[in-house]
Amino acid sequence: MRTGRLSALLLALLLALAACGGDTATTTVAGTDDTQAPTDTVATDDITKVAFVYVAPIGDLGWTYSHEQGRLAVEALDGVETTFIENVEEGPDAERVIREFAQAGNDIIITTSFGYMDPTLAVAGEFPDIQFVHISGFKNAPNMSNVFGRMYQPRYLTGMIAGAQTESNIIGYVAAFPIPEVIRGINAFTLGVQAVNPDAEVRVVWTNTWFGPPEEKEAAEALLDAGADVIAQHQDTTEPQKAAADRGGYSIGYNTDSRSFVGDSLLSAPIWNWANKYVPIVEEVRAGTYDGDESFWGGLETGLVDLASYGPSVTQDTIDLVEAKKAEMIAGEFDPFCGPIVDQAGTEQVAAGACMEDGDMLGMFFFVQGVIGEIPEE
Amino acid sequence: MSADLIASILGIAIFAGTSLTYATIGEAITERSGILNLGVEGMMIMGAVTGFAAAFHSGSLTIGVLVAMAVGALMALLHAFVTITLRADQIVSGLALTLAGTGLASFIGERLGPNNGPLVGLQGPRFREVAIPGLSSLPVVGEALFTKDLVVYSMYLFIPLVSFYIYRTSPGQQLRAMGESPATVEAMGIPVLRYRYIYTMVGGALAGLGGAHLSLAYTPGWSENLTGGRGWIAVALVIFASWRPARALIGALLFGGVNAIQFRLQASGTTISPNLLNMAPYIMTIVVLVLVSSASSLRSRLGAPAALGIPYAREERT
Repeated sequence: MRTGRLSALLLALLLALAACGGDTATTTVAGTDDTQAPTDTVATDDITKVAFVYVAPIGDLGWTYSHEQGRLAVEALDGVETTFIENVEEGPDAERVIREFAQAGNDIIITTSFGYMDPTLAVAGEFPDIQFVHISGFKNAPNMSNVFGRMYQPRYLTGMIAGAQTESNIIGYVAAFPIPEVIRGINAFTLGVQAVNPDAEVRVVWTNTWFGPPEEKEAAEALLDAGADVIAQHQDTTEPQKAAADRGGYSIGYNTDSRSFVGDSLLSAPIWNWANKYVPIVEEVRAGTYDGDESFWGGLETGLVDLASYGPSVTQDTIDLVEAKKAEMIAGEFDPFCGPIVDQAGTEQVAAGACMEDGDMLGMFFFVQGVIGEIPEE
Repeated sequence: MSADLIASILGIAIFAGTSLTYATIGEAITERSGILNLGVEGMMIMGAVTGFAAAFHSGSLTIGVLVAMAVGALMALLHAFVTITLRADQIVSGLALTLAGTGLASFIGERLGPNNGPLVGLQGPRFREVAIPGLSSLPVVGEALFTKDLVVYSMYLFIPLVSFYIYRTSPGQQLRAMGESPATVEAMGIPVLRYRYIYTMVGGALAGLGGAHLSLAYTPGWSENLTGGRGWIAVALVIFASWRPARALIGALLFGGVNAIQFRLQASGTTISPNLLNMAPYIMTIVVLVLVSSASSLRSRLGAPAALGIPYAREERT
């Protein structure tokens, strides 16, 4: 029997190796002059090496895909080399991957998931000469910045589009987890809906998953069955959009412009353009001007967050209205969380004339009026 | 709840539970023969990705389904070789199969598309709902049961057939017996090892078919994590079902329907905690376990094959 167990272990090892094939690091070298002289020990110092840690596969068409587009833009810069590892689990695995990247002589390491925050902080302390950039967290170090986008701004704009489009006055929202980032998005979206259509309501279904194709589809169908004719999402697959298309409904996507996969039932989507932040970071680090411990929360004015293309059923009137509101936000004349803002219970959360502080936005844990559904208790 | 609402939830539960039913019955057959295969999740997801890829490139759903079943069977063959011929630990080999299948599915999902590109996001052929004339206009349950796709209808036929095979035919009796006492079956002149190979591969083919129902009908298209742990639920459902095909369907409907119910409650603004509802099928599993096993021997009361997971070799016959 001993040999039996041994061969099973060998097989397990073999298969595990095969399985790892899916998420090995891929190195891409940018720059074209591969005819450099072999004695280029000095020349290599001019190459900036940038590494990315991804939580999902780059082919997810969602969150990680959007970061991958940013990496490709960085790679196109002269004298920049990029590396990435996909499918890295949050936690101890992530710390190991980040440390390996640091030991491999990278100059900039960008970690793109909330759960990488503490691992990034730990490794940043050990490698003071490397610039770390963490996405979607709140901790800094002298050589670690935190970067995120005001996604709630384009979400407000997509709310306006959905509010103008709905005929049943029921809009479905498939939501991942009850955390402030998601709640803030639902509220901004709902405020946008109500700005153009005070009779419309937003119904929320929680799936308890970021990336769960069957659950997201089932949640969207439940909302469609409840009478929703527009489905919005804070999820990383296109399943809610596909479910809406199958039933003749409309959808608001997320992360990237998925029109080529979903079709024209997609009204628009709040999207990420990471290139608009990653390229300046790399250029500033190379020039020695980057603020290494910045806390960056960029809005529409930075181009980090934006709107996807408009679907053909969005009327010109709506587009004009949305573009005008977008211009106001870019100019700093308007923000979705300026008062009066009233929560579900009717309590005023932000008074007329006042605007919510960033700190309050980052900890937001109530629904505004117009949202049907509850924030689950812990 | 109105009759219409119950019927609508039943319809969704059947659609959602089809992949689970096939995978559960497949694993039940494999386990009946005495082989435990924990690789169901890996075989399902490989069936999902290869089935979609084959259907996409050939334009034929039949080819998609056949490829998915063949891939599931081949993976099961690997498990059979390692555990039956090499007599390796069945748990280790099954876990390896799931790990490998999940990783390999991601890997080839990035390469099986047009021009060796990714499959993600592509739209291919899919099973459509076909209403059965007459039956689909039955009151209340007609639409829920008989406006479905062909894979679902095949399931309706498959369950009584496989039950008949297991309980009413002599090969079925041998199948049950070789999971209880392989030596006895061998003494009757039946090559146990060969049949264990076959039933392990049948289980793999059915898991692959379950995966194909996901990528070709339920959530058409390929994306990572498409099975979302359904293979593991299938392994648990085998116990819930006491290794019986009809009970596998009931279990699959419970698990398939619970999300439909809780998402609908949320969408209607009801205030039942979704966490509580998510627990419901697991609680039911425990209740069933308690009911069917009063005290004495849990394993035999549940109907677990006595020789399940124990390698068998002719020389060791007693």
